[in-house]
Amino acid sequence: MGLFSKIKNMFSKEAEEKPKIEMNQEDTSMVENNQEAKKNTSEEKPVKVYEKGLTKSRKGFVSNLISLTSHYSKITDAYFDELEEILIMADIGVNTVMKFMDRLRERVRKEKIEDPNLLKEIIVDELFIIYVDEEVLESKIHFSMTGPTILLFVGVNGVGKTTTIGKLAWQMKEKGKKVLLVAGDTFRAGAVEQLKEWSEKIGVDFFGKEEGSDPASVVYDGIVKAKEENYDVVLIDTAGRLQNKVNLMKELEKINRVIASFIPEAPHETLLVIDATTGQNGISQAKSFQEITNITGIVLTKLDGTAKGGIVLAIKEEVNIPVKYIGLGEAKEDLQPFDIEAYIYGLFKDMM
Amino acid sequence: MFESLGDRLQNALHKIKGYGKITEDNISDMMREIRLALLEADVNYQVVKEFTNTVKEKALGEEVQKSIKPGDLFVKIVKDELTELLGGESSPLNVNGNPAILMLVGLQGSGKTTTIGKLANFLRKKQGKKPLLVACDVYRPAAIDQLKQLGKQLGIEVYEEGKKDPVEISKKAISYAKENGYDYVLIDTAGRLHIDEELMDELKNMQKEVNPQEVLLVIDSMMGQDAINVITGFHESLSLTGVILTKLDGDTRGGVALSVRHLTNVPIKFIGTSEKLDGLESFDPERMAGRILGMGDIVSLVEKATEVIDEEEAMSAAKKMQSGKYDLEDFLKQMKQIKKLGPLENLIKMLPGAKKMGLTNVNIDPKQIAHVEAIVLSMTPKERKNPDIIKASRKTRIAKGCGLSVQEVNQLLMQFDQMKKMMKQMSSGNFKMPF
Repeated sequence: MGLFSKIKNMFSKEAEEKPKIEMNQEDTSMVENNQEAKKNTSEEKPVKVYEKGLTKSRKGFVSNLISLTSHYSKITDAYFDELEEILIMADIGVNTVMKFMDRLRERVRKEKIEDPNLLKEIIVDELFIIYVDEEVLESKIHFSMTGPTILLFVGVNGVGKTTTIGKLAWQMKEKGKKVLLVAGDTFRAGAVEQLKEWSEKIGVDFFGKEEGSDPASVVYDGIVKAKEENYDVVLIDTAGRLQNKVNLMKELEKINRVIASFIPEAPHETLLVIDATTGQNGISQAKSFQEITNITGIVLTKLDGTAKGGIVLAIKEEVNIPVKYIGLGEAKEDLQPFDIEAYIYGLFKDMM
Repeated sequence: MFESLGDRLQNALHKIKGYGKITEDNISDMMREIRLALLEADVNYQVVKEFTNTVKEKALGEEVQKSIKPGDLFVKIVKDELTELLGGESSPLNVNGNPAILMLVGLQGSGKTTTIGKLANFLRKKQGKKPLLVACDVYRPAAIDQLKQLGKQLGIEVYEEGKKDPVEISKKAISYAKENGYDYVLIDTAGRLHIDEELMDELKNMQKEVNPQEVLLVIDSMMGQDAINVITGFHESLSLTGVILTKLDGDTRGGVALSVRHLTNVPIKFIGTSEKLDGLESFDPERMAGRILGMGDIVSLVEKATEVIDEEEAMSAAKKMQSGKYDLEDFLKQMKQIKKLGPLENLIKMLPGAKKMGLTNVNIDPKQIAHVEAIVLSMTPKERKNPDIIKASRKTRIAKGCGLSVQEVNQLLMQFDQMKKMMKQMSSGNFKMPF
């Protein structure tokens, strides 16, 4: 049996060990790192972190699912209605939920399932299928073989781009990388200063100009500096932009052109930062940014609140962008690689 | 993307318009459409349920059966219900205090600091009073700096003491405001999660100490179903007096607007409609409901226009249009006034019928407007009065002057010519408006 049993086993193993919950910085999962050693740790440790971060998120969702199965001794229309409500409340996406419900009804009919307890397992499996969709998912950061690796961060206003950069830069620095932060948000008041404070806090280098400068020129000079001074990784902050603002999206295009003019295959990663509290608009964000830049992954932030960030399932299904990292707080340690199994497990833990 | 909610509702309503009577049968399709549309707009699940039930009941009730045109009545029922859901009457700010104290609270990244700048600007402009901004976000890197820069841009003073205890800062700021004759004190607080007890306690303490007239929750209009947890969380701790909905200039459908008042009875007082410091508007439930239904928002448009457009100039331009004497000089003047109205996309959305004409997806690049302006500015006054004299060599000169191509100059001249012809048609009464 698929995912369900697998993560169930994973959980029981860990419960025996009773490990203390701690943040695991080893797990930034970089491609070039020792894959073997990594495998062992990454199978266990993220689960704990997710558990902690998703405690509040999970509460509502899972207790609803539990009461759902205990309310019903048989699978009825009312059961399906309530299940639909639970999924919608997790922001999973109206279309995705509707399709999901159709598939579920079909399976129930075909396989003649009557016991709601059996259905729980199928729900988890089906959610997993939506996300994975028979692909091998890459949640690692791609590093350049030669010269600096350029990471570009984009997103709408207030999702946590700058904070995410601070956290990721810290992890990379801890791995011994020479890291440069480039302040490409020259629009919002105080944004340059905010990134600079992060660079001082975590002890990495910073490049920026005064507010109001042309962001493309900041990026240009930043990359020149990175090449001349042999930086390993360049993390570029950009201004928050609503995806329907044509001029701002064009500005982003220009930034991309500038980067590519130095290093044709760069940016090596363009990460779209999405706030977990985002509703259906997340799909529009992913689609619009995807049109302008080649988004290679999503960073789902603010998962330490009550929001479940279910919209990433819809984004994966409709726009096919995987989540690479999740943000679980404001401290520099609060960024973890995304693991779909751990994510779904986190949401369903109490059910198993 | 409020428009697309209106679209779906209109499609659903369209189906019923042909029927003579609303019945259980023909209503169920429409109720389903309405339900999906509202869910896609991030309206809270419970609210959607209640809303569709109420509309259904009212539509099936006696009043409908008496009606000759059930479709029209249905539109009215839906709109009235939406208005009701959005909060009925609009509710103004309570600024009775000397000074009046306003506290802005919310999650991280909802737009508190930008909004507080806009709000101070709004109060100063509309009411001619003296506001003081207070920097109490001592946690996020550079938050104080951000507020100071906004203050500088606006020419409004910012009270700050660096990263000290925010409750103490707020108390001192109020004494400072009293001594120096400020009318309003606007307190910026750090973003926090509604479940962070320690930080929520800090806000409660601040509220107890400074006793603000308004505690306003700033909330991102792109929020999904979690909005209700956030709103109730903050409301339970702080007894909110109002909500400010931000980032409505995006393409979010902003269903959270429909949920706020209905679930908490806290009124929405303002909406944020651009990144600029004048991008704050009073929230008007009826207009918003009309906009949701795609009925256009001509009231907002007119209100906005009267604020920035010089009536005399507009009148003289209109006269010139009628007489066919309208020239590029007038065109330039008008363009400058239109620019003051803010992004054109926002204006177009307010037009009744804009949806039908497919205008709501029009995206206008401000650069294009700047180009047009540059072309006209590169002409001599004589050329602007008499565009007919512009031939090849003049075109080349103009193109050089504005740094654009001759084709672009040609295009503008052609468009202007067409516009003039249209004006003539309109003033001779042969022109039929498309809506």
